[in-house]
Amino acid sequence: MDFDRTKEYVQHHSEAEGKVQRKMIWVIFWVLLGITGVEVTLGLVWNDMGLAWPFVKWTFILLTLVKAYYIVAYYMHLKHEYKNFIYMVIMPYVVLVVYLIILALNEAVFVHDTHGLL
Amino acid sequence: MAGHSPSIDSKTLWGGGSSPFNVSYGKIMMWFFLVSDAFTFSGLLISYGFMRHSFAESWPVAERVFTHFPFMHGDHPLLYVALMTFILIMSSVTMVLAVEAGHRMDRKNVIKWMAWTIVGGLIFVGSQAWEWYHFIHGTELGAFQLADGTIVQWVDAAKEAFYLPGKEQVMVSGAEAAAMLKNGVEVYGANLTVNEYGLPLFGDFFFFITGFHGTHVFSGVVINFIVFVNVLKGTYEKRGYYDMVEKVGLYWHFVDLVWVFVFTFFYLV
Repeated sequence: MDFDRTKEYVQHHSEAEGKVQRKMIWVIFWVLLGITGVEVTLGLVWNDMGLAWPFVKWTFILLTLVKAYYIVAYYMHLKHEYKNFIYMVIMPYVVLVVYLIILALNEAVFVHDTHGLL
Repeated sequence: MAGHSPSIDSKTLWGGGSSPFNVSYGKIMMWFFLVSDAFTFSGLLISYGFMRHSFAESWPVAERVFTHFPFMHGDHPLLYVALMTFILIMSSVTMVLAVEAGHRMDRKNVIKWMAWTIVGGLIFVGSQAWEWYHFIHGTELGAFQLADGTIVQWVDAAKEAFYLPGKEQVMVSGAEAAAMLKNGVEVYGANLTVNEYGLPLFGDFFFFITGFHGTHVFSGVVINFIVFVNVLKGTYEKRGYYDMVEKVGLYWHFVDLVWVFVFTFFYLV
């Protein structure tokens, strides 16, 4: 008996479809490169430009999340999987990590404010 | 009991039906592994954030630590790490192109793009080794560790005055400085217990997080190489599909994804 049923789920595509996909791959490459370029430039000039650090910091984090979205959705192909599969992968991670971030940073601020007091 | 159990014909025996996810077993398991690995990296980065916020004033600024660039003198903050990021993004592109070629059963292009991916991965691991080398060796001037363990930075090569840690850069000089410099040691570079750039914790997290990520890149290169050899041998051509390239591709993109976050939270923010 053949237990390996991988071949039922592999995706093949034609030369024409491949051409469309390759174009998409390169477009996303330029997006990722552009975002990285913006991040590095901002990192070098923000102080001289007199930008406020919180604004710069949140811009970095936002751009990082955009980059992460493009890598996961397109390069890892998650966007084109079934919805239930997407939720199964993303939801446990997002719920627990958001919880952990809030918990850890909240405690960190407390530890910081009470240095030498306890 | 086993001896008495009736044999079940294949029509009654449920064969598992079709996957509700329409994804092959191997790819589902790779995704599960990646989610668990993502938790590990998140744990590391969040604990980094915890320590950093706890010691907000005295935390070293990564921009002032990693300023070297090969064959160039002077300060070049961010440039080297930006180059490393570019190399890893590039190798992500070649990987996804290999996966795409696999979908068309185009063996020649799978070979080409996988080879470039392996080259990119090796350059990245080499760059990380170079970064570690400079971090461990430190600067020519070094720094000074006071008797209470505080790291202070020299004002100039005379080594008579220094700056206290913190954003305000308070300078201590003259007799006061001389008295404080009597007890303590000069430190050069960073290891797990001392760090000339400031808190040893910064060094610990740097070694642990970039080291853990570097190990992932290295194992990714090794797995890529094994799959590459199989592509050369025609294993997947015979099988009729390149699912293995997709699986290793998922792992490789994940490694790139982690670097995107390490880059932001270690070097930028």
